[in-house]
Amino acid sequence: VENVRLLDRLSSRKAALGTLYLTATHVIFVENVSETRKETWVLHSQISSVEKQATTATGCPLLIRCKNFQVIQLVIPQERDCHDVYISLIRLARPVKYEELYCFSFNPKLDKEEREQGWKLVDLNEEYNRMGIPNNYWQISDVNRDYGVCDSYPTEVYVPKSANAHIIVGSSKFRSRRRFPALSYYCKDNNASICRSSQPLSGFSARCLEDEQMLQAIRKANPGSDFIYVVDTRPKLNAMANRAAGKGYENEDNYSNIKFQFIGIENIHVMRNSLQKMLEVCELKSPSMSDFLWGLENSGWLKHIKAVMDAGIFIAKAVAEEGVSVLVHCSDGWDRTAQVCSVASLLLDPYYRTMKGFMVLIEKDWVSFGHKFNHRYGNLDGDPKEISPVIDQFIECVWQLMEQFPCAFEFNERFLIHIQHHIYSCQFGNFLCNSQKERRELKIQERTYSLWAHLWKNRADYLNPLYRPDHSQTQGTLRPQMAPCNFLYKFWSGMYNRFEKGLHPRQSVTDYLMAVKEETQQLEEELEVLGERLANLQKSQLNDNKVKSKQQDRSKQLGLSNSNNSLANTPQEYSSDLKSFPSRSPSQGDEEDSALILTQDNLKSSDPDLSANSDQESGVEDLSCRSPSGGSCLPSEDSGKDSDEAVFLA
Amino acid sequence: MLRSSQPLTGPNRKRCREDETLLGTVLDEGERGFIIDTRSAQAAKQSRMTGGGTEPKSSYPRWRRLHRPLERGRPLQESFIKLVEACNDTSINMDRWLSRLESCRWLSHVKGALSTACLAAQCMDREEASVLVHGAEGTDTTLLVTALAQVILDPSCRTLAGFQGLLEREWIEAGHPFHLRCARSAYSHARLKQEAPLFLLFLDCVWQLSRQFPFSLEFDERLLLTLFDNAYASAYGTFLCNNEKERRVGREVGTPRCLCKVKESTHSLWAWLNQPGERKKYLNPLYSHNALVIWPSVEPQSIQLWQGLFFRWIRSSQYLDEAWAEIQQLVEGN
Repeated sequence: VENVRLLDRLSSRKAALGTLYLTATHVIFVENVSETRKETWVLHSQISSVEKQATTATGCPLLIRCKNFQVIQLVIPQERDCHDVYISLIRLARPVKYEELYCFSFNPKLDKEEREQGWKLVDLNEEYNRMGIPNNYWQISDVNRDYGVCDSYPTEVYVPKSANAHIIVGSSKFRSRRRFPALSYYCKDNNASICRSSQPLSGFSARCLEDEQMLQAIRKANPGSDFIYVVDTRPKLNAMANRAAGKGYENEDNYSNIKFQFIGIENIHVMRNSLQKMLEVCELKSPSMSDFLWGLENSGWLKHIKAVMDAGIFIAKAVAEEGVSVLVHCSDGWDRTAQVCSVASLLLDPYYRTMKGFMVLIEKDWVSFGHKFNHRYGNLDGDPKEISPVIDQFIECVWQLMEQFPCAFEFNERFLIHIQHHIYSCQFGNFLCNSQKERRELKIQERTYSLWAHLWKNRADYLNPLYRPDHSQTQGTLRPQMAPCNFLYKFWSGMYNRFEKGLHPRQSVTDYLMAVKEETQQLEEELEVLGERLANLQKSQLNDNKVKSKQQDRSKQLGLSNSNNSLANTPQEYSSDLKSFPSRSPSQGDEEDSALILTQDNLKSSDPDLSANSDQESGVEDLSCRSPSGGSCLPSEDSGKDSDEAVFLA
Repeated sequence: MLRSSQPLTGPNRKRCREDETLLGTVLDEGERGFIIDTRSAQAAKQSRMTGGGTEPKSSYPRWRRLHRPLERGRPLQESFIKLVEACNDTSINMDRWLSRLESCRWLSHVKGALSTACLAAQCMDREEASVLVHGAEGTDTTLLVTALAQVILDPSCRTLAGFQGLLEREWIEAGHPFHLRCARSAYSHARLKQEAPLFLLFLDCVWQLSRQFPFSLEFDERLLLTLFDNAYASAYGTFLCNNEKERRVGREVGTPRCLCKVKESTHSLWAWLNQPGERKKYLNPLYSHNALVIWPSVEPQSIQLWQGLFFRWIRSSQYLDEAWAEIQQLVEGN
């Protein structure tokens, strides 16, 4: 559709004129401006809702809201075209079959072996081994090998040594969805563990011997403590209401040596509404401080984030400080339980704060334990009441922690944002379906690619320059203060206003420091080479020829040539170039677009615009475009002005 | 950019040829100017009853008047007190924290101040017009706007030396009554009539700029905290008294005694700060000269509570300090 206008949210005066394209996988808007021909790509999977607004004199407005919080406002000149686009988008955004999803057509041009290797990057068996299992207390069980016991659990579960198949099966029959207590995290320092399950089918008075034995087995697997905590992450009222439906929670009288605790995190419907309300605040035009703060509080969003965090802190404390094992459940044990277990693990174990460890954590507590990605994030068209930002909340908890402990994580904010993006994008196969069983039936690993391999390949973009494995913040347990700390929970505009360039600090400190780090490293290597050359030259009287060839080999290794002195001369320019780092201008490509660029690379790899964009996205500087004075190359400092102008003169 | 106090138009709409001529000569041929009045249109109008007023369009034809009401005086002090109380209140739950924060209105004042300063800067930089800023007395919100506008516009004001110069010029010499305004701070029950945290509001706005432009200010948060401390209580004479006259000759007989001859009897804060050993503590390791104007975002999401100040004594900043130490090391290592 031609002559479509793309409006800027902050400044309604700024509109780009261009052409709108609909493909099988994307909506694409290409600006008419011939120099830039800026493209905006949106995956159909990302579309959360499409709203057709009342036709005005200028045309027919169409509002596309995305699951990654991008909001696209289009104005289509003809009402009929607008209607056609609207109907098409509605259908395209609600796929009926898995095969319609982008991951089945996405082609990153890797061969079969590379695809396989990509999937093997994260190996949960390795992870449990790293924890120290199997050992005297814990073992792997194949009781669920054909998903015969629980179809939403993985085939390999880890259970206490004293829990035999009979106990497991018996316990599973007493648990909602058959999700029996299984190991999430084992702390080898003190044998305390975090186990997870769903709610028991206890009703008002039902009992199950095997389930009681299961909990005892968990307790016995930790000789350092004579009781375990059972943490129900639901509000007490909800849990009690479940009893009337034949479910409920553990009665301390029936289960020996447990201490029961409600934590009170709200359910998926409350969370869905909370996000909705918060996004409405984000869509306010030029809100006052008042509007914003009231709106944010009214949504309850940060309150819920804190509730998840507090639960994680409680469990981490129980394990690290008291040395007591914890069994966590909610209703079905696949939402709040996943959030809370993964937050606790992150606090306890620095491995999960590394890039690889974080991927492993998500694979373990979310993917393998059957979090319902399809239902929650709408891979396929389904029940809107199942949709809920569960993993988004977990990802935000991690961000909040990163803000409090800036040196503690190996990865940066961009890593989190891209993961969130791809949970909804369905560009990779990791987050499809509702369980391991479903994914295996669909042969996901043979037909799609793994996000982890892609992120790992680009890991230089995702590093936190302040991370050092030997830093105090990266050792041991993270202990966020519980109070006073309301003020520590900030609104994550990097996520929820991700695409509004005018809102963010123009200059990325992370990128600058990473570049500094890299340069220092290069300089140090160069220094080493030069030092060796000097030493060799000083010995050259002894053995002329031998020394020369040695020199050449070494410098070849480092990609430097003997005659290349340019590195020695560039530090001055390089650092001034670094310092005039391209800030994010609304008109330039942004690192956020690298997620989109993946698809562009795939489909239009020879497009010159894209290669220019991808340099910026990957953080590699195009030195030729920078003048040493830095003056003319910081357009963004000023180009933010247009959006601000409206604000100031309003 | 010019600053003044309100014209004494009064209820009878007095005119003053000299004032009109002065403002007339400021503008070049065909140029127009903006008057940014930091009072609401209504408040400005009401001030005529007590002898004050605004510049009537007919007498100042080439000047266009814009009203941008900024809080000052008692309400601003109350806002500050309420915020400090809220920060100290450990009993607030997360469900009430944001509304409590909102009810203090402090962040709204920050937003207002930044917006108005940006407006002034915009008039000069984009419209290439001259700007006259005034409120009522010209000693509070006026200085807030002119000083902040210069930090936005002028890279030299963002250097450590330039910033000190800015403070001297726009706050101290310009006659912000520090002695009255920075008397007892937020914990005092005295509730003095003349007390108001305009200077703190300015520092907060500068801190917001440093967050949005992490590479553009040569100094860091520690300097701002030090300035805050010294405005209220100092071993140095820089922030003493209310104006240059008091600092030089002291007060008249019969009025409360005040130190006079500040320059002869006290030491300058700047002299201490600028010693090489001290100075380096206040430098921003990420600084690099940015010749351009810095336009901050004044959307609510972009304005944050200055934790380093308001939670300074309540909560350890250990992890953030460690992060800054890392940054320092990375930059110095290079």
